[in-house]
Formats: sequence, structure tokens, C-alpha cells
Amino acid sequence: MKKKRLIPVVLLKNGFLVQSKSFKRYQNLGNPITSVKRLSEWASDELIYLDISKDENYDMRRDDIKHPNRSGILEIIEDVSKVTFMPITFGGKIRSLQDIEMRLSRGADKISINTIPFENKNFISEAAKEFGSQCIVISIDAKVTENGFSVFSNGGKTDRNISPSEWAKICENEGAGEILLNSIDRDGMKNGYDIELLQSVSSAVKLPVIALGGVGEWEHFSEALEKTNVDAVAAANIFQYMDQSVYLAKKYLYENNFNVRKPDLLLI
Amino acid sequence: MKVCILDYGSGNVKSVFNMISTLTEDVTISNNTSDIKNASHLILPGVGAFGASMKKINENIPVDELANEVLNTKKPFLGICVGMQVLAEKGLEFGEHKGFGWINGTVEKLNVPDNLTLPHIGWNDINIKKQNNVLLNHFTDHQDFYFVHSFAVSGTDEEYIVSDTEYGTNFISVVNKENIFGVQFHPEKSQKAGKVLIENFLNIK
Repeated sequence: MKKKRLIPVVLLKNGFLVQSKSFKRYQNLGNPITSVKRLSEWASDELIYLDISKDENYDMRRDDIKHPNRSGILEIIEDVSKVTFMPITFGGKIRSLQDIEMRLSRGADKISINTIPFENKNFISEAAKEFGSQCIVISIDAKVTENGFSVFSNGGKTDRNISPSEWAKICENEGAGEILLNSIDRDGMKNGYDIELLQSVSSAVKLPVIALGGVGEWEHFSEALEKTNVDAVAAANIFQYMDQSVYLAKKYLYENNFNVRKPDLLLI
Repeated sequence: MKVCILDYGSGNVKSVFNMISTLTEDVTISNNTSDIKNASHLILPGVGAFGASMKKINENIPVDELANEVLNTKKPFLGICVGMQVLAEKGLEFGEHKGFGWINGTVEKLNVPDNLTLPHIGWNDINIKKQNNVLLNHFTDHQDFYFVHSFAVSGTDEEYIVSDTEYGTNFISVVNKENIFGVQFHPEKSQKAGKVLIENFLNIK
């Protein structure tokens, strides 16, 4: 039987991994490659790597032994794909089919897009035709407004005045392969997923929905798997706080009889 | 040992190369005849549609020389995902296309119920039909691997089916006929299990 997935998300901001709160405040977590290696060793099912830099400066400001400085996202993708042997989704700053091609050829398996489909209506279908639906993930950042849930683009800045479930249906029809559903309100708050948001989208589409935003304890993963139809549960900050985090989260779900891969610690 | 990963412009060549590089330095990505002739092990990676892949294979790989190395010299050959599918006689993705026909069967769309989506993406387990197959050394039944596909080989003779996998329907996930192996999942993305499988393949003499 196909398993539910547990996915760590890492955020890259100008050469450093960061943790994020409410899409506004960021704290430095360190080297963009070494922490990914750890996540791989804890048998994450996949990895989502989001580039939230506002400009093209990826300088790590130092050249360490065995960890040379990196100047661009493509070099970072190459490095990451050499230390992990799991599916990797890269997102952020994707504006063209060439941007996708360059990421895939350096080791990305999927790409995630958020803003460009609002500017170019045919982008999803063109990308799906060229690279296959399986590698086109639509990232939806949702926020509660006075009209209910609304989709925001451009790093949570622009209200698109459409509900996440409607937008997800449009993306599904255009040929998207998966939905990464994030709650701006819950980002970095540790108070659990927005279950209502997850329900609204995962019941509206057949596409796999990946839940993101708000996890502060392992029970939040099980809550989403129990109460909604999501295919994967993802989190960012919580996986950075302790050693073997992904392994321990997986163990919790496995021991509570959720349909996940057996927890494992890998040296690969 | 000399591993040759056949190069025809498939997107995931690099990932396969990265994984094999952790096991041996004697690995090359190539489509030239002498590399194919000098190789001890041949790997055909794949991702995407059957017809498009077959077209690229015919344009970029010396297929007759490859067939000679596989069918006559009997070098161990591993097809991954679409690389497994092209071993069949024909594929029905976007029209009918001819495959290598090294193992009998047809590549058809997975016949899944309405509540399941295609492509079938994610970690799923294999039901082992042939115990003691060399490719599955060290594995117990229901080992998980990572899958991404909408089509699969069907109609293959039972004697060549090493495992199947359930996703709304049962499809063939590993085939083997003599020195020819095919896996529908992606070992290069299946972490430790994938690495063990590749190692098993490279240990075949």
C-alpha cells in the first residue's frame, strides 16, 4: 500500500538556511547542505527546499574546508543532490520553463511554483506538458481574510482574492501534480495545522495535498492525517530543533499505526 | 567492474550516477559504442513518456550494438522506470510505440479506481513473487521503494515477474529474464533500499 509521507521543508535565504515566522521574521540556521544530509540520514520520505531569498546573493560569507562557498542556487542544488538519495522538490524564483529545466538537470525531481501561474495563465499546462505533471507542485500560501481563506502570492504579499480550494481545482485541471498547502497564519506559530484549510482543499481535489504550517509537536502530524485527506505532512522549524527529529516523528506515527514507512536511521 | 549508464537525454541520469558513485568510481554516463562494449554492467535510466523516451533512445543510443551486448554477450542490464518499460514489446502511452521486445508484455496505463490519482507518486511496497532473486538479496517482503509513473508493463509471462505492487490494481514492479532486469520504481531515489538493490545488481557477474 502507498504510504503517507513525512516531509521536512528547508528554507534558504541568501545562502543560509533559516527558520521563518509569519513570513516576516527569519532566524539563521546555518549551512544549506550539511543540515540536508542529516535530514536524509533520518530517512525523510522527501525533501522540499524553498528558496525565499529576495535577491540573487547566495554568499555564505565563508569558505570552509570541504564546504566551499556557493554563489548560486544551481550550485546548491547540485551539492544537495549529491548528499541525498530521496526525491527533492525545489521551489522559489521560478519564472520560466528554462528555470525548471536548469533545476531538474542538476538533480531536482520536482519544482514548486507559487506566483508565476497568476501572471502567466498557461504556465502550469506548458510546464506539465514539457516535464510531466509528476514534477509540477503548486505551492499555495493561504491566509484567513474577512472573506474567508484567500490565496496569497509573492511571498505572502499579494492577495489573489480566490479561495485555496478553487485555486487548487484550477491548477489540477491545468495539469499540476501536487499541492503544497501552507498557512501564513500558522507559519512558525507551533499551534498546529489549520485543519479547516487542509480539509477544504484536500476534499476539493484528487491531487495529493501536502500539509504545511504550524507544527509544534508530533501530535499535529497525526491530527492532520486523522482529520483530513492529505497525502503528506510537512514541517520546517520543528525538524531543526533536535537531533534525529524526522526519525522520532516517523517513529511516533508508525507506533500509532499510521500508514507510514518504517522509521530508520541511514548511513548512506 | 565498469558501469555504463546509457545516455539519451533522460532527466534523471545525474541522480543515478550520484548513487552509483557512492559504490564505485568505475561509472560513466555515455552513449558511445566503445563504452557500451567495454562495460561490465549496463543501466538504462528513465523518466517520462514511453514514446518520447523510445524516440530519444533510438536517436542517441546504438541500439543494435546494445542489443548484441545484452542478448548475445549477456551483460547484466538494468532498466529503471521507463528504462524497464521499453524492455516490453510495445507501449500505449500517447499512441502505440514499439519497445525493445526483450521481455514479452505491453506497457499500459494503470487501471486505478476513481478515487486514486495518477501518476502514482510515493513510497510503496513490493510483493515478492520470486524468492531468492539476486536483485532482491537482503530484502524481505513488503520493502518500500519510491515510485513515479502512470504506466506499467503488463501481460509478461509469470516466470519473469519478480514482484508486483498494489495501487488500486496490481502491477509488475520488478522483472527479470536471464541477465535482463527491470524495476518500475526509482532505486536512485529510494535511499538505503535503492542503494542495496543497485549493489546487488553490480554484484552480478
